[in-house]
Amino acid sequence: MLRDITLGQYYQADSVIHKLDPRVKLIATITFIISLFIVQNIAGYVIAAIFLACAIKLSKVPFRFMVKGMRAIVFLLLLTVVFNLFLTPGEALVSVWKLTITKEGLRTAVFMAVRLTFLIIGSSVMTLTTTPNNLTDGMEKLMGPLRILKVPVHEVAMMMSIALRFIPVLLEETDKIMKAQIARGADFESGNLIKKAKSLVPLLVPLFISAFRRANDLAMAMEARCYRGGENRTKMKPLQYKRRDGIAYLVLICYLAVCIGTKI
Amino acid sequence: MGIIKTEKLVFEYIRRDEEGNVEGITRAVDEVDLDVEQGDFVAILGHNGSGKSTLAKHINAILYPTEGTVWVDGMDTSQERNLWNVRQSAGMVFQNPDNQIIGQVVEEDVGFGPENMGVPTEEIWERVEESLKAVGMYEYRKHSPNKLSGGQKQRVSIAGVIAMHPKCIILDEPTAMLDPNGRKEVVRAVRALNMAEGITVVLITHYMEEIIHADKVFVMDQGKIAMQGTPREIFSHVERLQELRLDVPQVTLLARELQKKGIGIPDGILTTEELVGHLDKLINKSVD
Repeated sequence: MLRDITLGQYYQADSVIHKLDPRVKLIATITFIISLFIVQNIAGYVIAAIFLACAIKLSKVPFRFMVKGMRAIVFLLLLTVVFNLFLTPGEALVSVWKLTITKEGLRTAVFMAVRLTFLIIGSSVMTLTTTPNNLTDGMEKLMGPLRILKVPVHEVAMMMSIALRFIPVLLEETDKIMKAQIARGADFESGNLIKKAKSLVPLLVPLFISAFRRANDLAMAMEARCYRGGENRTKMKPLQYKRRDGIAYLVLICYLAVCIGTKI
Repeated sequence: MGIIKTEKLVFEYIRRDEEGNVEGITRAVDEVDLDVEQGDFVAILGHNGSGKSTLAKHINAILYPTEGTVWVDGMDTSQERNLWNVRQSAGMVFQNPDNQIIGQVVEEDVGFGPENMGVPTEEIWERVEESLKAVGMYEYRKHSPNKLSGGQKQRVSIAGVIAMHPKCIILDEPTAMLDPNGRKEVVRAVRALNMAEGITVVLITHYMEEIIHADKVFVMDQGKIAMQGTPREIFSHVERLQELRLDVPQVTLLARELQKKGIGIPDGILTTEELVGHLDKLINKSVD
């Protein structure tokens, strides 16, 4: 049951987007999000839509996978639309009871909805085409300069990749503990919310203990294999910019320029 | 001096109560002298709590001796400056395969050790390839470790250690959590490494079946070395082994019982084939 949960929804395919350096994809996603907040008119959104559509087409990931990510924010989206629709002051369009839809409200609501949708789909393009491992590598490299400010960049990236590696292991363990407790008469299903939350205690306590034990073992195993932090460490799969990454950056700059152009 | 040498090695665990007062001292390892030659296959046997794992952790400089000295390849392990060289010369494989695989892909895990040592990228790939081939896991190099069986995971861990080009590997009960097939896989891989690559192997275990190919066996009890010798010498003392709470293989027990009944079988039978051979000879003799 728990094993069905997957984190990092990577979709395996052989496409240009998949092959891009993770740094390019990270920067592109951030740029895209910023551009969504720069543009204010329909022309700008059309350009953003074209850009996004091209990226999706190139990624060879079926569109329904992108939409999947939307499900989580449907509620948030509706809430934003409703608030914007009714609470923006301005020229009244329709008035029902105490609620008034204004022209400005309609405009902001639509823009906000488009913005959020694009934002989610844009970031799913990145997570669907990049393995979690690659993503951590990219972040480590991009945040490298922060090391001057004594930010433990390598350590954070290492922690992220270990966390990702242990998610399935811990899920399996949870499943096992759950079954063991059910065999002893524990009940995880019935009762109200508070009762359900309380019934999780006999699950979480052993899980935590075992997680700490694993962490201890893993630390020892890492030290036994000469791990001593990021210094003087070489990479088995170093990130290297290729020609396509340069082209991608160029496309990105053009896109940003056009977006800013629509404002003038 | 051999590749691994300990002299009067003592290690004490200090037990404390909640206020931090010393409650008692447990001697986990008590005056152990060990000498392992380059290229040897050495097995250390002992029941739970006999101090064998504690001893193993000293060879990799995870624990430091309370008294006495440990040398690995001539380096004193208690010297801070030798630490990383010791860990590189004496690789260690632990019991739980899940808790020692760091990478999310098999090849990345094998590359972890060389990465830490600062080996150049191209050489890391060469080392990963050759180590995975040595343990027969090359075709799984792109797999996620979560999808492998226990025996396969343990072979990946061994590959991860070999990729660091150690002079010896210490295996701390590598088969304790595996099924019989997984155990065979791992023992076979370890033996192949010892024979083909000449890597010194220190195998710590409580399964006596795994030690029959060892050059030398040490049996530990209460932190001390209780017996030492070749597997045949060790197996010929069945009663002593049982006293030390070790499971003697059934075939050795059977041979011992037959011998007691006056059937002419030599001491220290190790395998079924051997016993069958001796019995065959006896039957043929009686037929003649």
